[in-house]
Amino acid sequence: MADSKIAVQDNDQPLLLADGLGKSYGRLSACRDVSFALYPGEVLAIVGESGSGKSTLLQLLSAQLSPSAGKVSYRMRDGVMRDLAALGEAERRFLLRTDWGYVHQDPVLGLRMAVSAGANVGERLMAVGWNHYGRIRDTATSWLERVEIDVGRIDDAPRTYSGGMRQRLQIARNLVTEPRLVFMDEPTGGLDVSVQARLLDLMRNLVSELGLAAIVVTHDLAVARLLSHRVMVMKGGRVIETGLTDQVLDDPREPYTQLLVSSILPA
Amino acid sequence: MNAPVYNFAYLDEQTKRMIRRAILKAIAIPGYQVPFASREMPMPYGWGTGGVQVTAAILGPADVLKVIDQGSDDTTNAISIRKFFARTAGVATTTATADATVIQTRHRIPEAPLHGGQVLVYQVPIPEPLRFLEPRETETRRMHALGEYGLMHVKLYEDIARFGHIATSYAYPVKVNARYVMDPSPTPKFDNPKMDNCPALQLFGAGREKRIYAIPPYTSVVSLDFEDHPFTRYRFDAPCALCGADDSYLDEIVTDDQGSRMFVCSDTDYCENRQAQGHRGSESAAPHKERPHG
Repeated sequence: MADSKIAVQDNDQPLLLADGLGKSYGRLSACRDVSFALYPGEVLAIVGESGSGKSTLLQLLSAQLSPSAGKVSYRMRDGVMRDLAALGEAERRFLLRTDWGYVHQDPVLGLRMAVSAGANVGERLMAVGWNHYGRIRDTATSWLERVEIDVGRIDDAPRTYSGGMRQRLQIARNLVTEPRLVFMDEPTGGLDVSVQARLLDLMRNLVSELGLAAIVVTHDLAVARLLSHRVMVMKGGRVIETGLTDQVLDDPREPYTQLLVSSILPA
Repeated sequence: MNAPVYNFAYLDEQTKRMIRRAILKAIAIPGYQVPFASREMPMPYGWGTGGVQVTAAILGPADVLKVIDQGSDDTTNAISIRKFFARTAGVATTTATADATVIQTRHRIPEAPLHGGQVLVYQVPIPEPLRFLEPRETETRRMHALGEYGLMHVKLYEDIARFGHIATSYAYPVKVNARYVMDPSPTPKFDNPKMDNCPALQLFGAGREKRIYAIPPYTSVVSLDFEDHPFTRYRFDAPCALCGADDSYLDEIVTDDQGSRMFVCSDTDYCENRQAQGHRGSESAAPHKERPHG
């Protein structure tokens, strides 16, 4: 197939490119001079303490905020690198609900709490023109199975779900259109440790099965260690250290990173 | 004693100009909700303040007005609005669908086919079809602008998941002119096919929500559905008890506390015409018969 040939060639080229990215609110600079390249299938963790600019950076990368400086480019499905700021609103929203996923820390933001789980998963399909109830429902069912939600609960609203189930449902809802890039903002925040472990396990499997690229913002170094290939450490809006995950976490160079790593409570 | 003197059709001329501008824009963009500066009317919101303003703006001295409420010409709401315009505009009124040039309606489209030159004015409580799924007005406007209507199918999906079929029976969403998704006001979905390619002009006025929208004559109006759950009309499976019609939309009337009920045409004009033509239903042999009490 021609498509797969293009995809193979594309693996050598970055999927997302940040160049001198910055955002300031008046005198307050939330995020400064961030540059990196993300390749297809790669998982990048952005770690740092609260207020270090992680979430601002994620919003800049996912085109939900417009940068004060620099630019973000993304390789579209046709292989052309496009500047996100130059996309029209319709294109940007289309990208966000087809080729991208966005997993919020609070599933209430990412789900429609009043409609059933099946419709939550099916919404993206209907948004791209699926018009066959049976097929939408079959796809939703298979995705609930993949994220280990009891299929018998497909017609229940996520209101009635536990925190861990809501988060898994949010992941299914995002992955149903087979995106190539998923943004995750503290995906395990607010979940207890055993549920976290299960969710991380699930995400790691999905990411490797689907060959997803992902950008995960987290303050939890364990999440970074389990999920990501590369880590970026942020402090005061700047990237202070970047490298392979085990290299950064086992042999941190910057004093701040050393502090972060040594702050983990021994189990 | 000085009786208050109103302008023709109650509203002042500047207000009518403003409403007519909104109507013209609405006709130019079929199905698009045009904001307008809705006025206070001498009736409560929910009684048709939007429809009354649209009617007031388009009414001329030569027009013949018909007002229906749930298909009926003789309910309180219909009679009040008809009298309101008979008094403030002095226009002729009628109950015959074919004779009217302007028909203001709440919740029904007449059974008799409309013809060119007629205007059907709907009273609309909630003009936004996406409202109950997306509460943010800023967001729904953006979705209309970008034609993002996946959410509308989420509602239909929910119906099928819950009830096994599309259970939405009124205010059934339609796509107008292959562009805007529109709420046809709370008409039964039985009436949806009548909107498609209709020779009459259809205007929708929502007074509280301050919106006017329109379907120009001969415009395509398609009810949304799924390939494997196509749109279907719905009516009670019975003939009208008064005129025997088996193709009209029926009201269910409870006749006692023992579970008896009868079905009659909701469109009174249609039913009376048929009875005048000699059609009879099961209950019409002795229409004035009173049951003994006690």
